[in-house]
Amino acid sequence: MSNSTNNSITIDGREIPFEEGQTIMDAARAADIYIPHLCHRPGLKPHGSCKLCTVDVNGRAASSCTLPAANGQEIANNTPELKEVRKNITQMLFVEGNHFCPSCEKTGDCTLQAVAYHLDMLDGHFPQFYPKRKVDASHKSIFLDRDRCILCELCVRASREVDGKDVFAITGRGMDAHLIVNSESGKLGDSDISTDDLAAQICPVGAIMIKEHGYEVPIGRRTFDLHSIAEPGLEPVILRKGKHADE
Amino acid sequence: MSKKIRVATTSLAGCFGCHMSFLDIDERIVELLEHVEFNRSPITDIKQCGPCDIGLIEGGLCNADNVHVLREFRENCNIIIAVGACAINGGVPAMRNNFTVKECLEEAYLNGIGVENPMIPNDVELPLLLSKVHPIHEVVHVDYYLPGCPPPADAFMKVLTDLLEGKEPSLPKEILHYD
Repeated sequence: MSNSTNNSITIDGREIPFEEGQTIMDAARAADIYIPHLCHRPGLKPHGSCKLCTVDVNGRAASSCTLPAANGQEIANNTPELKEVRKNITQMLFVEGNHFCPSCEKTGDCTLQAVAYHLDMLDGHFPQFYPKRKVDASHKSIFLDRDRCILCELCVRASREVDGKDVFAITGRGMDAHLIVNSESGKLGDSDISTDDLAAQICPVGAIMIKEHGYEVPIGRRTFDLHSIAEPGLEPVILRKGKHADE
Repeated sequence: MSKKIRVATTSLAGCFGCHMSFLDIDERIVELLEHVEFNRSPITDIKQCGPCDIGLIEGGLCNADNVHVLREFRENCNIIIAVGACAINGGVPAMRNNFTVKECLEEAYLNGIGVENPMIPNDVELPLLLSKVHPIHEVVHVDYYLPGCPPPADAFMKVLTDLLEGKEPSLPKEILHYD
């Protein structure tokens, strides 16, 4: 193969370098190129479930978070066609859950919502599923609203890979897939999760929430009032929720 | 003088907040009225929707009368715009979809705190509740969507101005929000 110091791929006509072992997503991030994504977070194992990071690699669709970069790949990312596909995927996520942003404590700080804004999504397009999934408020400082869960498994991976616990899992098949808690009772209150855990903080939507901290940030100063989702290096800002640097 | 654009508006399972936000265009309504005349609307006294260019629909569908009114608007308006979170995805009222209608009615009229003469209203004059709240696009074709709870006044202005100018309506990111 070619000399590893000269490895490069082309994204929307721009040639960028990559290091052996990097995915297309890794290389794009290093070059400050935004590829929309929900289930990916640097430092955790790629998951490939949300499909928002779909790009065209040499004319074929692929998930950029899982596909290794390879020398000479011609990649399309920021095209009207991909934007439409990503918007449709985002609409599917919205209608599958109960995403009533006006009453959600995550609004303005929600990555799903910010991605939808980025894609100029105006409506859900598809019929609503209106799922009825159980809220778990058994933990003294964390609650779980499964109707907002998008099954990205960031909490599952954060708990296993970073917190060294194994609090969450996905169970059920097809449309019945849902988030469960690995405690004997299945209740969050009987797990060993704590608010300091990455798993308690990482949820990109309003599914895993810290109790009694809703609506603390004034409208106009929430994460995505101040930042566009397409800004590079936003992950630490998103995790800081409610404690913005300027406050 | 060119013919004025006819606009009808209604609130189905809405809170009238979208209409209030529309009126938040403040004095711009004076200029708007140079180009627009209102047909059936909560701000006029017209009881039935006549032939219109644009129908602005706030609120989702929660009862039989909502469906009737929505169909009346669809039959009469060239362009239907779903205005606000409720019309678009059912909104906060659709949180009742986690319960049965029976549970909701019993809580409100039989078992609720402070209820006197407990009885579920059953006069034929009253429209029956649908088993679930629905967004309007599940019943009629919707041409455009104006998100927000409510959409900002500037969003109403932008969409109406675009349509008056014969353009495809579009919302800049600054005035696009769902909350």
